[in-house]
Amino acid sequence: MSEPMLALAGVHTHIGQYHILQGVDLVVPRGELTVLLGRNGAGKTTTLRTIMGLWHASRGALLFDGNDVTRAATPDISCAGIAYVPENMGIFSDLTVRENLLLAARAGEPDTARLEWIFGFFPALKKFWNQAAGTLSGGQKQMLAIARAIVEPRKLLLVDEPTKGLAPAIIQSLITAFRELKAMETTILLVEQNFSFVKSLGDTVAVMDDGRIVHSGRMDELAEDRELQQKLLGLSLDTHQ
Amino acid sequence: MTTTTPTATADAELPRLRLDTPPLLVLPILALLALPLVGSFPTWVTLTVAGLAMGMMIFIMASGLTLVFGLMDVLNFGHGAFVSVGAFTATLVLLPMQGWMQADSVLLNLSALGLAIALAMLVTGALGWAFERIIVMPVYGQHLKQILITMGGMIVAEQMIHVVWGPDQIPLPLPTSFRGVILVGDAAVEKYRLIAVAVGLVVFAAMFLVLNRTKVGLLIRAGVENGEMVEALGYRIRRLFVGVFVAGSALAGLGGVLWGLYKETLTATMGGDIMVLVFIVIIIGGLGSVGGCFIGALLVALVANYTGFLAPKIALVSNILLMVAILLWRPQGLYPVAKR
Repeated sequence: MSEPMLALAGVHTHIGQYHILQGVDLVVPRGELTVLLGRNGAGKTTTLRTIMGLWHASRGALLFDGNDVTRAATPDISCAGIAYVPENMGIFSDLTVRENLLLAARAGEPDTARLEWIFGFFPALKKFWNQAAGTLSGGQKQMLAIARAIVEPRKLLLVDEPTKGLAPAIIQSLITAFRELKAMETTILLVEQNFSFVKSLGDTVAVMDDGRIVHSGRMDELAEDRELQQKLLGLSLDTHQ
Repeated sequence: MTTTTPTATADAELPRLRLDTPPLLVLPILALLALPLVGSFPTWVTLTVAGLAMGMMIFIMASGLTLVFGLMDVLNFGHGAFVSVGAFTATLVLLPMQGWMQADSVLLNLSALGLAIALAMLVTGALGWAFERIIVMPVYGQHLKQILITMGGMIVAEQMIHVVWGPDQIPLPLPTSFRGVILVGDAAVEKYRLIAVAVGLVVFAAMFLVLNRTKVGLLIRAGVENGEMVEALGYRIRRLFVGVFVAGSALAGLGGVLWGLYKETLTATMGGDIMVLVFIVIIIGGLGSVGGCFIGALLVALVANYTGFLAPKIALVSNILLMVAILLWRPQGLYPVAKR
C-alpha cells in the first residue's frame, strides 16, 4: 500500500477554552475520495481548518505527502499542494469570477485548457466571467469556490459541505465535477452530512463524533450495512434518500 | 476530460450589478442645496473648491488607514503621527531651499516641493514599517491594546518632533507659483486648492488602478474581504499588510505636506488634530472601502466649509451630525466592504 496523501495522528485542537478535536486519527489514501461524516458539532470543519493551519493542533501530528505540516503556516500548506473550499465558500464577493480564479492561479493566468475543462461542468462560470462574484446564486458561488480550488492541479482537495443548501440540479453538477476529479486521481477529503450525495462518490469513509474518529473503512461497505449506518449516523440509508 | 450539459438553475440569468449611485448623488445634492443658502454664486464656488481641496487632502491621509483597518482589523490611532512627521520632514528640504521656493519659476518651485514630498514619503514609509513591526504587530487582534499603544506611539512621535524641531510652530509658506487666486467669473479660487484637488485626483486614480488592475491590488481587495481565504490560497497576508501599512504611512506623509502647506504653519499635533476628521471619513465611507473613503472625505470637507460659512456655531459639530445622518441611512457606511 502506498504512503497516504494525508495522515493525522492523535490530533488535538483547542479553540479558546474549548477542546474541539480530541485525538483525531485519520488517513486519506492517495488518489481516493475520502468522506468525513458526522453530526453537527462533531469536529469535521475543525479538522479541515486544522489541516489548513487556520487553527493549529495543540497536540498530535499532521503528515502531508510525507512531510510534517503540524506547525506549518497556512500559505505554506497551500503552496505544498492543498486546496481548501470552506463551508462558507470563501469567495471574494467584490471581485469578478475571473479575478477570483486569477488569484487562485499562482502561476499567473489560469491555464486555458484547464479553464475550458472546468467550464465543461460549471458552464455558469464562463457565462458570468466578468460578473462580480457577490451577485452569483448560492450554487454558482459553490461552483466558483470549487473551481478556484482546482484551477491549478493540487495534490489534495479539502471540501467542506459543498451541497449545503443547494438545489438538486446544482448538486448534480457537483457530482459530475467530483467524478471528473476522481477520474484524474485527485485526492479529495470531503466533509458532508448528505449521505446520499457521497455514498456513490466516496472510496473511503470516516465518521466523527465528539472530536474523534469513531469509524473508518470503505464507503461501499458502509453503504451496504444499514445497521452500521443506523449506529454511526443515526439514520438509515432509506431515510437519507 | 469530458463536458456536461449546463443545468438550468446553475446557468440562470443574473441581475446585472448596478453601480450604487445614491452615495455618489449625495455630493452634488449637498452642493446644490448649499447654493441658495450661501446666496452668492462666486462665494459658493469658492467654498465648494475649498471643500473639495480639503476633502482631497483628508482622503490622501485617510485612504491608507481605511485599508489598514480593512485588511488586518487594526485600529491605528497613531496614524496622525505620520501626517505630522511628513510635514516636518518636508521642512528639511523646503526651508533650506527657500530660494527655489520663493523663485518666480514654476519649475524651481515644483522641484523643491517634489523633493520635499519624496523625502517626506520615504521617511514616513520607513517610520510606518518600524511602527508596524514594533508597535502594531504585538497587538494583532486586540483592539483595546491597539488603541492604547498606537495612541501612545503618536504621543511619542509628537514629543520626538518637539525634540528634533523644537516646541515652536514652524511657518511653511507656499511656493511663489502656488500663491494667489484664479478668477473664475467673479469667484476667486486659490491656486493651491486647485493643486490639492489635482493631487488628490491623481492619488485616487493611482489607487484605483493599483487596486483594480494589478494582482497586488486584487490581493488587497480580497484580503480586506476575507484575509483568511487569501492565506488559504497561498499568499502571506502579513507581508501584504506590512506593504499596505508602509504605503498608507507614506500617503499620510504626503497628506501632511499638503496639509502643512495649506495651513502654512506646522505644529507637532497637527496630525492628531486632523485624526478626528479622518476617522469620521473612514466610518462614513465604510471601513476598508477606498471609494467610500473618497466620497466620505469630500462630504466631510464640503459640510465643514458650508457650515463654517453659514452657521459657524454649529460648524464644530457638523461632521458629527453628518456621521450620525449617514449611519442612520447606511449603518455600515456609504460603501460597506463585504465581509466573511
